[in-house]
Amino acid sequence: MPTEAGSEPAVLAAEDVDALLDALRDEGYRVVGPTVRDGAIVYAELTGASALPAGWTDEQAPASYRLVPRADRALFGYAVGPHSWKQELLPPRVRLWQARRNGGGLAVEEDPAAFEPTAFVGVRPCELAAIAIQDRVFLGGRFQDRDYAARRSDVFLVAVDCGDPSSLCFCTSVGGGPGATDGYDLALTELLDGRHRFLVRAGSPSGEAMLAKLPVTTASAADLEAARHVVARAARDMEGRFDSTDLHDLLLRNLESPRWDEVAERCLTCGNCTLVCPTCFCTHVEDASALDGSTAERTRVWDTCFSVQYAEMHGGNTRPTPRARYRQWLTHKLATWEDQFGSLGCVGCGRCIAWCPVGIDIREEVRSIRAEEEEHAHA
Amino acid sequence: MTPLPYRVVRKRRENHDNWTLELEPVAESIDPIGPGQFTMLYAFGVGEVPISTSGDLETSGANLVHTIRAVGAVTKALCAAGPGDVLGVRGPFGNTWPIEEARGHDLVVVGGGVGLPPLRPAIYHALAHRGDFGRLVVLYGGRTPDDLLFRKELERWRSRLDTVVEVSVDAAGPGWSGSVGVVTKLIPGAPLDPDDAVAFVVGPEIMMRFTARALIDRGLAPERIWISMERTMRCGVGLCGHCQLGPTLICRDGPVYRWDELAPLLGVQEL
Amino acid sequence: MRTLDALIVESPVFKGLGQDELELVAGCASNTVFAAGERLFREGDPADTFFLIRHGLVALDAYVPNRGQLTVETVGPGEIVGWSWLLPPYRWHFTGRAVELVRAVQFDGACLRKKCDEDPLLGYDLLTRFAQVLVSRLQATRLQLMDIYGDKHD
Repeated sequence: MPTEAGSEPAVLAAEDVDALLDALRDEGYRVVGPTVRDGAIVYAELTGASALPAGWTDEQAPASYRLVPRADRALFGYAVGPHSWKQELLPPRVRLWQARRNGGGLAVEEDPAAFEPTAFVGVRPCELAAIAIQDRVFLGGRFQDRDYAARRSDVFLVAVDCGDPSSLCFCTSVGGGPGATDGYDLALTELLDGRHRFLVRAGSPSGEAMLAKLPVTTASAADLEAARHVVARAARDMEGRFDSTDLHDLLLRNLESPRWDEVAERCLTCGNCTLVCPTCFCTHVEDASALDGSTAERTRVWDTCFSVQYAEMHGGNTRPTPRARYRQWLTHKLATWEDQFGSLGCVGCGRCIAWCPVGIDIREEVRSIRAEEEEHAHA
Repeated sequence: MTPLPYRVVRKRRENHDNWTLELEPVAESIDPIGPGQFTMLYAFGVGEVPISTSGDLETSGANLVHTIRAVGAVTKALCAAGPGDVLGVRGPFGNTWPIEEARGHDLVVVGGGVGLPPLRPAIYHALAHRGDFGRLVVLYGGRTPDDLLFRKELERWRSRLDTVVEVSVDAAGPGWSGSVGVVTKLIPGAPLDPDDAVAFVVGPEIMMRFTARALIDRGLAPERIWISMERTMRCGVGLCGHCQLGPTLICRDGPVYRWDELAPLLGVQEL
Repeated sequence: MRTLDALIVESPVFKGLGQDELELVAGCASNTVFAAGERLFREGDPADTFFLIRHGLVALDAYVPNRGQLTVETVGPGEIVGWSWLLPPYRWHFTGRAVELVRAVQFDGACLRKKCDEDPLLGYDLLTRFAQVLVSRLQATRLQLMDIYGDKHD
């Protein structure tokens, strides 16, 4: 597997993962990666490789997520947890600026982007895709998000290929796959046959430089084959696949499908799906002033299109019903995102399905809409 | 993008809940604003709202003119500001009225209620370059005579020999000797060439829908009718998701849209 | 100067009227003028006439206790004022007032009703034409009801 940067893949022993984390820290990066907390695998600052979720995997189903011990000591033997990297790149609360009234004027001071260089360790290929999608939203338009740009420019990405997709994973149905292809600095494939080791490949000049510092050995043909097999098997065995043919037009043709009424009866509009989704990016702003009115500030906070205030306007509300709001979310994610930003909004990670308290499954919703349309056509 | 400070230099009450503010930059100014575009106006500590420009863009220089209806916390705070007070401005955002498309043709401008302010810059332009256009017809509708905006100006425009101005209200008491009925009533009899006319329409969505229908019934091509859309906005720059209408982001792709392109979306309830 | 016949057949409501029918209708018609402010008819009065406006504006008023006189609609050139002559109880529903000088063709509704009784085909034709007038009035009124300039006041 030749890399973009041109160097050959290498092999890192599992016990040397700490060397990678140390090297990252030596370079000045804060290291964030997966760890077990409160019964889930979440992203937090890592003290060392011992904090990684060794020997754990996740069993996921609609409205269900639990950790289950593995027979081996795989460090990345799970799919994805409730956290995504947007909590680092698009934090839930960011103060944008402060303003002060001075004499006859108004002085506005932007907050400097308070972000330390950070290494994201354990980034799944679907998460690389999600980051690329948010890059397009925040950096690809006429106006860029200053805070996102600052954070994004100071990130080192260590991707880890997927060997164990959950039953909710469907990245292959939305143009992705369990193997990282680009967008990373380093990519690892965990190999558990025989010696516990990682195939490591660099995807950028920074990745190359980092690779050069690690205690790696040259990868053999067998190592390369084993890594290829891990990814191929993950793709082949992905039970979460669904028929995504003509997704954009299918949904936009069926905006009045009775299915929307059906799902509206179950949806609580709690917004969990938007919280865990790695691409959901809606925010709103809070303006506040000090009691004496001399200073004011603006803070950007996460918002969700499921909230009833989301579409409130002085003349009323353009999406007052849960039916309308659910339809907005699903059609945006799987259809109109393409019109707005040039790509699908979904990366097939399955989080929205696991973390929905009532287990709404977007694949099932699409299947039903398609079936409903077909039924009508033959009626 | 942070708000730039602008000082109120002139304030004029248009009716019981509408005011026009003229703002001058305290120091730095925003890029020149075009007809149809909007700015995000900031009331210190209260918040921001998107407001279309309503001024004469060829004579206002670096100053901004905005007509605002006091209907919520932010707009009430903006309308409470007086000469000397400082507001914040971000912009200009959005796209402009396609004046080029109308050059050489009859231009009919239809406003409903608070829809007239965003149209006013286009009307000023047509009046200042009268020879570039065929007929100029301004149709305006409001609830009652007291709700009408820019009455004196409408009368001034009407007194020109080369401009037709028709106004209609939904209900009137004694003292109103004009037309009573919805603004669409003025369309069948308006002096224009339907094969040639270009229309700019602004008002509440339902008014724009019925007006577009009436214009099409009169014979105008749907591709020659342009509207200005409104939705909740927070950032104004395409990054917060709020102003979506199906596949379009109103702050980025609009607010001006061609009728035939948007009509299918407007036909879906609660989109 | 155009004849009464020409004025009638050119108007939107009577467009395409056959020669025989035109003669019957014109036989009940005459030219009339109202000065600005003059009342054409009063709410509640027997409705035996209707008008085809040639020039000017006629306001349809209602008196609302506490609010005074309210104009609910104005009718202009080419339009018909009055359909109450066609249907029982044959009484005006609003008061008609000339906003400015009004020139109109006035029709004797009672006379026309009698002719329709004698000639059902004429009756059917007139009823169809006036149904159109009613429908557009209804549509316009509905739009007014919808308060399309929207934005509820606080």
